[in-house]
Formats: sequence, structure tokens, C-alpha cells
Amino acid sequence: MNKKYGISTGILVVILLISSVLEGCKSGGSKQAPKDDLTKVIPKDNSAAIQDVTQAKKIFDALPSPLESAMLIKSAGARFDNALLNPVGNVNNYVSSKSMALNLGIYTCDLSFASLYEQTQLIIDCMNAAKKMADGLGILKAIEQSKIDELEENINNTEKIMEIVSETFMNSSSYLEDNGQPSIAAMVLLGGWLEGLYISTQLVDMKDFNGNKLVGRIIDQKLSIDILLSLLERSKGNPAVDELIAQVQSLKVVFDKIKITTSPVRPEFDKTTNSTILKSDVKTDMTPEVFKELSAKVGEIRSTFVK
Amino acid sequence: MKDMRIYRIIPALVLFLTVITINVNAQCKAFAKKVCLPELAPYIHDGNYHAAVLVEGEEAELYKTFYSDMEYRVAIYGEDKLPNVEFKVLDASKNVLYSNKDANYAKTWDFKLQSSQQLKLVVKVSSFNQPGDTPASGCVSIMFGFKMKK
Repeated sequence: MNKKYGISTGILVVILLISSVLEGCKSGGSKQAPKDDLTKVIPKDNSAAIQDVTQAKKIFDALPSPLESAMLIKSAGARFDNALLNPVGNVNNYVSSKSMALNLGIYTCDLSFASLYEQTQLIIDCMNAAKKMADGLGILKAIEQSKIDELEENINNTEKIMEIVSETFMNSSSYLEDNGQPSIAAMVLLGGWLEGLYISTQLVDMKDFNGNKLVGRIIDQKLSIDILLSLLERSKGNPAVDELIAQVQSLKVVFDKIKITTSPVRPEFDKTTNSTILKSDVKTDMTPEVFKELSAKVGEIRSTFVK
Repeated sequence: MKDMRIYRIIPALVLFLTVITINVNAQCKAFAKKVCLPELAPYIHDGNYHAAVLVEGEEAELYKTFYSDMEYRVAIYGEDKLPNVEFKVLDASKNVLYSNKDANYAKTWDFKLQSSQQLKLVVKVSSFNQPGDTPASGCVSIMFGFKMKK
């Protein structure tokens, strides 16, 4: 009797462990109930086994990476201002996992920004600051010394530098996802996203508010705030993440004052470039007052990240 | 006594399975870097990493904001042992803007936007349709490249 009980308990434990491991294998996203009724329009396969696995879906929430955020600022024609970046001398202030994760994102954004404006010394300094954050988080081999040497050797080659930044960022985020630290990975993304938003808001000249391209890119960030919240809410219950959720929700309150109306999207294939153009018209209505409120809120949150 | 032995085995088993998990994830990352990443050229990889082990018939969804100042390439690759990987791109009103099924299961799609949009990508591993067989599983990688609009 005892033997039977022991074996069946063992088998049960093994089944549970294997189930949890298989679940864990699916890195980089989360399994959730479908967010909407999209499954209604997707034909299902006949196989019962296959039907079972379609009941739950893996959801990826993709925020703009620090590199993309920096590129958006550059593409809007904004100037470079070193004073807006987080001083690299602050690196020793960050000792908690939360502050190191947020500032890994922040320094990666600053690094991308410096790269796009060919600020050679700053590129190396920001890379070293990012490395210190990654090392502090135990992210093995994310930013190896050989990558910093390669960066120095190619310091005047913007394309190569962006490739290195992209690779090191991917190494960090994939390491965190693969090693069961999605909350830290989400914090890194939040840090990078908020830094891009902070730099953008600070670079807007209020005398040139109407029709300002950078203002347009800031309004676009409203589209990402729910993605960001969804990403953070997967780690709800972690006190550090709960604090961040509250901060992002306070930012969402301001973003919600901005109205974005988009016409239906019409895809048109362009044979000359072999690509599709998604055509649509958009109307937005951010007033200078709402912009100032947004800018103040972003600055307030960012100051808690970099202190 | 046997119960005691089982409970001694459990930590070792947990460690073993954890190592397997990390190994599977590392293989998925290696696949993404080796197969999917090079297909983004000449676009710049945004640095984000989305990859997962999917089973035949399984779906994944991805939400991302795309900006009007950029041109994008999405690359979606599944391991060779998987059947075709289908993907659809939908707007906020759930209109299908692109389906790779109409393009012979193309693995990349280039696009640009007149105005910034949050889009949804639905990725589904199709089926070999062989009842009774264990569904195939393997790594599926989704990556984005971008460049400034000319």
C-alpha cells in the first residue's frame, strides 16, 4: 500500500514538474486567455489534440526597443542634448535589481541616442554604464569586453554600432526571459521606453508646438501604454513591479486626455519597393496644456528611476 | 522509506528539468539568431527578441506599435521540423491587412505606414493533418527590423 502510494505520488509530482517545465519552455511571452474574439474567424483544425492547444494562446507585448525610441527622436529631426541623458557617474547609485534593470534600459536608450548623433566618447561611456547594470543583474555574457572593444574599433561606423547595441540588448532581454526573470526584462523595457519619452518631451520647443513632428511621435506613445501595462501586469504582486504599474497608470491618465482617431487602414502593395503601404488618416488633439502635464509626469517618474 | 527516497529525488529532478528548460530556451535563441536575424538585413534589428516553442496547431499573438516615420520588415521563422507557419497582420478593428498564406507562406513581410498604428500579429503553426501522430513542436521566432523612411 505504502509502495503504491509512494510511486503514484512520485508520478504525480513528475507530471506536474514536466507540465510546468513545458510551460516555462515557452519563453518570451505569456499564455493567456484570448484578448478578443479573433479565434472566431480563424478556422480550426479537425484534430482534437490540436484543438486543445489552441484554447490558450501565447501573447507577446512588444514595446519599442531603446534603439527604436532613439531612432524615432532622430527621425523627427530633433537636436542632440547631452544634458538630458542620465549621467554615467550615477551608475554606482544603482544597487537594487529594480534600479539596475530600469537604468539598463535607460543607458541603452542613451547609448542609442548618442550613437545616432555620433557622440563617440559618450557611446563608450554609456556602453560601460549599461555593462555595469547588466553585470549587476547577473546577465552573463550580455555585454562582453570584446563587444566594447569592437565598439571602440568601429566608433565612427554608426551602422556597426547600432548592430552591436541591438545584439547586446537582445542578449540581455533573452537571458532574462530564458532564466525566468520576465519582471526584470519588463523593467528594462520600461526604462528604455520612458527615457525615449523623456528625451522627446524635453526636446519639444513650445514656440514650435503645432505641427511639430516630435510632438506627433510623443502622441504615438499613447498606442504603446496599454502594451506596457499588460507587460508589467504579468508580474503583478511583485512589490517593485506594483509600484511601477501605479506610476505607469498615472501616466496613462494623462495620455487618456489625448484623442487619436484613425480611419480604416487600406493596404496597398507598392511594386517598385516590393513592400506594402498601410494607408490611413489620423487625427489627434493634444493641447499645449496636456503636453505640459504629460512632460511633467514623465519627468517626475523618470526622476524616481535615475535618482 | 520509499516515500523518503522519492522526496530526495525531487530536488535533483527539478534541477534536471530546469537545466533542460534553459537548454531548450538557449536552442530557441540560437535558432532565432542564426536563422531569423540574418533575414532582417538590410533593416536594423530593433533588439527585441520574441521566440517560443510552439506545438502544431498552436497560435501566438503579438501586439506592437509601428510608426509612420519608419519602414519595417517582420521575419517569422519556424524550425524545419514544423509545418508551415502562417501569420496574419490585423489592425485595431481586426481587419486582416496581410496574410502570408496569400504569398505562399512567405517568411518576411516589408511594410510602411502612412500613420502610426498598433497592429496585431497572429502566428499559427499549421498542421500536418496526420491524426494519431504526436503533434510536432519547435521554435518559432518573430523579429522586427526597421529603417528610417526615405
